Amino acid sequence: MFHRIRHSLTAFAVAATLFAGSAQAVDITGAGSTFVQPIITKWSASYADKSGSHINYGGGGSGAGIAQIKAATIDFGASDKPLSPEELSAAGLGQFPIVIGGVVPVVNIEGIKAGDVKLTGAQLGDIYLGKIKKWNDPALAANNPGVKLPDVAIQAVYRSDGSGTTFNYTNYLSKVSTEWKEKIGEGTTVQWPVGVGGKGNAGVAAYVQQINGSVGYVELAYALQNKMAYTQLQNSAGKFITPNLASFAAAASHADWKSAKDFQLVITNAPGDDSWPITATAFALVYKTPKDAARSKAVVDFFKYAYTEGGKQAEALDYVPLPAALVQQIEAYWKAEVKL
Amino acid sequence: MAASAESLAIAKTDEQRARRDGFADRTFRRIVASAGIFVLITLAGVALTTLWGGREAFATFGFKFLVSSEWDTVGKQFGALAPVYGTLVTAAIALLIAVPISFGIALYLTEIAPNWLRTPVGSAIELLAGIPSIIYGMWGLFVFVPIMGRYVIPWLNDHVGNWPIIGALFRGPPLGLGMLTAGIVLAIMVIPFISSVMREVFLTVPTRLKESAYALGSTTWEVAWDIVLPYTRTAVIGGVFLGLGRALGETMAVTFVLGNVHRLSLSLLEPGNSIAATIANEFAEADSEIFRSSLIALAFLLFVVTFIVLAIAKLMLRQMEKREGKA
Repeated sequence: MFHRIRHSLTAFAVAATLFAGSAQAVDITGAGSTFVQPIITKWSASYADKSGSHINYGGGGSGAGIAQIKAATIDFGASDKPLSPEELSAAGLGQFPIVIGGVVPVVNIEGIKAGDVKLTGAQLGDIYLGKIKKWNDPALAANNPGVKLPDVAIQAVYRSDGSGTTFNYTNYLSKVSTEWKEKIGEGTTVQWPVGVGGKGNAGVAAYVQQINGSVGYVELAYALQNKMAYTQLQNSAGKFITPNLASFAAAASHADWKSAKDFQLVITNAPGDDSWPITATAFALVYKTPKDAARSKAVVDFFKYAYTEGGKQAEALDYVPLPAALVQQIEAYWKAEVKL
Repeated sequence: MAASAESLAIAKTDEQRARRDGFADRTFRRIVASAGIFVLITLAGVALTTLWGGREAFATFGFKFLVSSEWDTVGKQFGALAPVYGTLVTAAIALLIAVPISFGIALYLTEIAPNWLRTPVGSAIELLAGIPSIIYGMWGLFVFVPIMGRYVIPWLNDHVGNWPIIGALFRGPPLGLGMLTAGIVLAIMVIPFISSVMREVFLTVPTRLKESAYALGSTTWEVAWDIVLPYTRTAVIGGVFLGLGRALGETMAVTFVLGNVHRLSLSLLEPGNSIAATIANEFAEADSEIFRSSLIALAFLLFVVTFIVLAIAKLMLRQMEKREGKA
């Protein structure tokens, strides 16, 4: 009996090796940001078909990703918030962006369709501070001529769970509202002065769809899939911008990556006439001097594949591939920093 | 001689048998004892690890951790009052609704329902107990919350909100989310637990007791209240505790409909927070040591809260028994 099991196991192992094809196929594990989990999962499926290497990405949240890569229990971590060069060098880690996405304010006001309402960053901050209480507030009317905003109380909705979406959103509000920066600040969760919290993008989307007069923030994919009324938002150049892949891409390419050491840059409120102001990215974390060079090389190879061939898949999931100049910069960074 | 050899052999096998029995008995006793001790070890383990994990929060904030409702993850100031309050209030609402309904269900099934209906309804209750809490949460969010927001809460605002004193509990925005909604969803979740325990123990009441009461002219209600309930009281309260434990610790369903807000508010229609929901929401991204420690300290508090509630109930039960003994 045991003999039989052992035989079949051996046979299975041999078959698995044969199927895996290339001898260099290395299975690697990653964990962290749930913001990039859908796209990493998709990339890893097609990468496995091509190279035979499997990428097991566990999600679990940025905090978990950082903790696990520091404990060296995984091959790469992913964080929504970039680590500082000091923290990176203390842990012997390198860091580079993975893909571009965006956070989108969504509203539920009777008769208002996607793109109808225009908001400035300061107004969004005042809404979440509880200072703008009704949709017919004169401040909102000033930049919404011709839009009928009703006499309805505004109900702010936020993420109750810690998330990179909230980090990027509050980071943006801190950049555009000094009051927000002083009273609330930025983080994966913050002490919201008003509003209710929904669990996950799906929870926020559900709350916004059910509460009349509500405003929330979700990733673009959720706004589009649920056909929610997203707003236009004023960017740092003073232009009102519609959230879409083009305006995300503009923000990513206008962002000042060149002077960001270890790519430590949150690209919210990026410069540029056509940049979406709450554009976001997540960062991969790898060891600069890996214990097992083969595994780190597999990580780098995977991201190389993702940058060069994963663009279509990213767009299908409402992400934007990194701009070409940034990919070149990352490849130079690998060459200079990561010993393979 | 032959006879004595035979009796010797019998004596020997008897002795062997006795020894074997003694061994089996001791082994059985040890196994059962270790099962009992396992519960104690688990309990102590949970209490000590959560206390150890939360030591930093307790040391940093001290008593303020219990009385402050501030939960500032950026400024790193944490207080447990809002989630503790939300946990107690939602569990209390749940029991207020669930206990009478469960009593009704159990009474109907044991005293009133026709025989052919008893088994299917009994099985239905047990099936309800097996539904995962996420299903209740999603039902709550997508079906129940809109009903609350559109019809129930506006009605409560208009008709109950202007009453003196308790009116303050029923004034609030028509979100549909909040402590009342969470309490009602919890009630629906704990009814199967409480009512199936009640049904089981109501069945243990001796028929002759009930028949004697009927013979003396009691109504069904009098039999239930004066015979069935006193006879089964300890077990019924045990069933209520089972439901209470589930209500205090429920996570997923509550997180969907409670609104997850770290603010204290008197109104039951305002969103709130509970201990289990806070931990589930925030643990994954708790990015500082003190934040994580505060969440584990919350877990310890849930433990303490449950313990205190159970202790108070046990005390009340004993008082009740004492009074009866005197009378």
